[in-house]
Amino acid sequence: MSDARRIAALLVKESLQIVRDPSTLLIAFGLPPLLLFLFGYAINLDTARTHIGLALLDRSEAAQSLATAFGHSRWFDVAVRDSVAPLKADLISGRVRGIVVVPLDFGRRTAAGGADIQVITDGSIPNTATFVAAYAEGVRASWAAARQAEGGATIAAAAPGAGGISVSTRYWFNPEMTSRFFLVPGSMAIVLTMIGTLLTSLIIAREWERGTMEALMATPIGMGEFIASKVLPYFFLGLGSAIVCTVLAVTVFGVPFRGSPWALLAIVSAFMVPALGQGLFISAATKSQFVASQIALLTAFLPALLLSGFLYEISSMPAWIQVLTYCVPVRYLIPLLQSVFLAGDIWNLFLPNMLAMLGFGAVFFYLTIRVTHRRVA
Amino acid sequence: MNAAAGRLRSMVRKEFLAVLRDRRSRITLILPPILQLVLFGFASTLEVKHVTLGVYDRDHGAWSQEVVDSLAGSPNVKRLVRLDSPRAVRRAIDDRDVIGVVSFAEDFSANVTAGRPAEVQAVLDGRRSNASQIVGGYLNTIVAAVGAQVRGSPAPAPGSTLATNWFNPNLDYLWFTMPALVVTIAALSVLSITGQSVARERELGTFDQLLVSPLRIHEILAGKIAPALALGLFNASVYLVLIPFVFGIPFTGSVLMFYLALCCYLTALIGAGLLVSILSQTQQQAFLGTFLIVVPLILLSGFSAPVDNMPAWLQMVAQADPLKHFLIVSEGVFLKSMPARDVLANTWPLVVIAAVTLTGSGLFFRSRLG
Repeated sequence: MSDARRIAALLVKESLQIVRDPSTLLIAFGLPPLLLFLFGYAINLDTARTHIGLALLDRSEAAQSLATAFGHSRWFDVAVRDSVAPLKADLISGRVRGIVVVPLDFGRRTAAGGADIQVITDGSIPNTATFVAAYAEGVRASWAAARQAEGGATIAAAAPGAGGISVSTRYWFNPEMTSRFFLVPGSMAIVLTMIGTLLTSLIIAREWERGTMEALMATPIGMGEFIASKVLPYFFLGLGSAIVCTVLAVTVFGVPFRGSPWALLAIVSAFMVPALGQGLFISAATKSQFVASQIALLTAFLPALLLSGFLYEISSMPAWIQVLTYCVPVRYLIPLLQSVFLAGDIWNLFLPNMLAMLGFGAVFFYLTIRVTHRRVA
Repeated sequence: MNAAAGRLRSMVRKEFLAVLRDRRSRITLILPPILQLVLFGFASTLEVKHVTLGVYDRDHGAWSQEVVDSLAGSPNVKRLVRLDSPRAVRRAIDDRDVIGVVSFAEDFSANVTAGRPAEVQAVLDGRRSNASQIVGGYLNTIVAAVGAQVRGSPAPAPGSTLATNWFNPNLDYLWFTMPALVVTIAALSVLSITGQSVARERELGTFDQLLVSPLRIHEILAGKIAPALALGLFNASVYLVLIPFVFGIPFTGSVLMFYLALCCYLTALIGAGLLVSILSQTQQQAFLGTFLIVVPLILLSGFSAPVDNMPAWLQMVAQADPLKHFLIVSEGVFLKSMPARDVLANTWPLVVIAAVTLTGSGLFFRSRLG
């Protein structure tokens, strides 16, 4: 039998195995919409309205007016109480994320020039705590400025900009700062990791577990043909689900696509090499579905979620973890996906990262071949 | 009665052996959860530190230098890169060498000295919008401080806001992450072992043997629950020691209440895992099925983004997520010394979820018999 026919026969066998198992197709074509949907809606890093409590210890006109200002703020949902005690329990239970305290002498001090308020935040959610403190000060400051203006006390020094320095900030690629625009392309990396590493490691480990792997290796096929036939169907499955993801991202989630489809395909193909290599290596090294699944979870899925720079900024991590992220192939993929969607084809950025991914792929395939030879011998 | 107890005991023993017999499975169950806690505890921070910024200074004046010095002195800025043309600016951002660029026009210092309004232009990388927004905040604060210096003595501020952070005075992100990881890592390991439990027997063909044995359905299910519960309790107990003593994060609540809620939480997870396992034909399907539920469960839990930020209808869906409820308990007993009343308020939904998933498992199991 010629080489080409052997490979073709094997490819048909592997493809049939994929098509016959509904769970494989579910992961390849059902998971992408689910993940995109979750990252599009559930993971909203742009803070919405936050529930806070307002302890109004003072009943003066100034205090009432400040309470109204908080009530009108589009950042807060305010529950007004006349003491701090009941709100403390709400802060512990999580019904409110912060308490704004308007002290007893607020009205008197406001009349005398300026009065302080106090903000107690729920530090157990640090980002929300920072947000509450900053926006509460924002509400207070604009209230104070408006009152000063009403009172006709427009002192020249208070006018902003007079001799002052301001910052004009522009955000390139995503002017409205929609977090969906970078989360949705990033979640494609999770889908590709799932197909490339998790699915592959599991399926090939099953063959080892059942002994069909040894049976295959006893046939005259060579190592290269053997690996190619195992891996190619998943490679195309990955490309297929990348296309599904892209179409959904653009049509349903309105994410711009400024690069070229070819660049995207090149990027995805480059990533599928280390992803598949890793899956193959895990399965060859463990030969047990359970162990393979756990190792794939630990070394592929969780790093894709947590160490890739997708949700968490890599430069903010401790130095030793930053070093570790260089060993995670998906780290090189995330910037490319975000760029090809939001910025365009930036080959300066694409090429080195694609090379890095291919390099990892080569290492994984080399390791797989070594492990397999040793196991069988 | 004695016969029933004996049957149950041997079933539980068999299940423990199935999970723990293989040395590699043992290691896989115990070691990764600890590794994950340490690794991902430090990695999952939403703070933005050590950023690299570009500076495009066409002014070369005293005031632009003043702003640049302040930027360089900021603890959040790791490095400043000098750029000398709009092309270099474009390229530095495109290639992600910098997260943003601060530019000064030729007349910047002249304007400041003359008391005219002066503007610093900042361009930030919208591909990393979360980090960019935070960096934008830093820039405003730093430039405002320089602006105050220009005016000479800062004008007396008419009032201010004094912020106090309860439960986590320094807003250390690790204090949030660690108690949250107790929740997510337990879910991962418990769901993956229960997910395999029934499916493995079916794939190996021992499922039919179980069915012809004198074991009742609830005894089989109890046998499947026991090892996962033990593993979940073991891992959580390790965390309970590691987090306060190694990472210095306080455990302020009641240990008893924590374990009570933990047991309900683990049971709810086990019910979900069993349901997946019973509905799967093969281990592979079970694993993929587990995965298909674990990702949404984590994303809806409030770990990656607050539940409060989700659309209202999705918040309703999140009520069915055991992780969401136990996350509140875990953060509460670690940081907030949460009283029993609040712990229970978040525990009863777990009991409901456990009852629904376990009943469902029993029903499906029975229907597979027919």
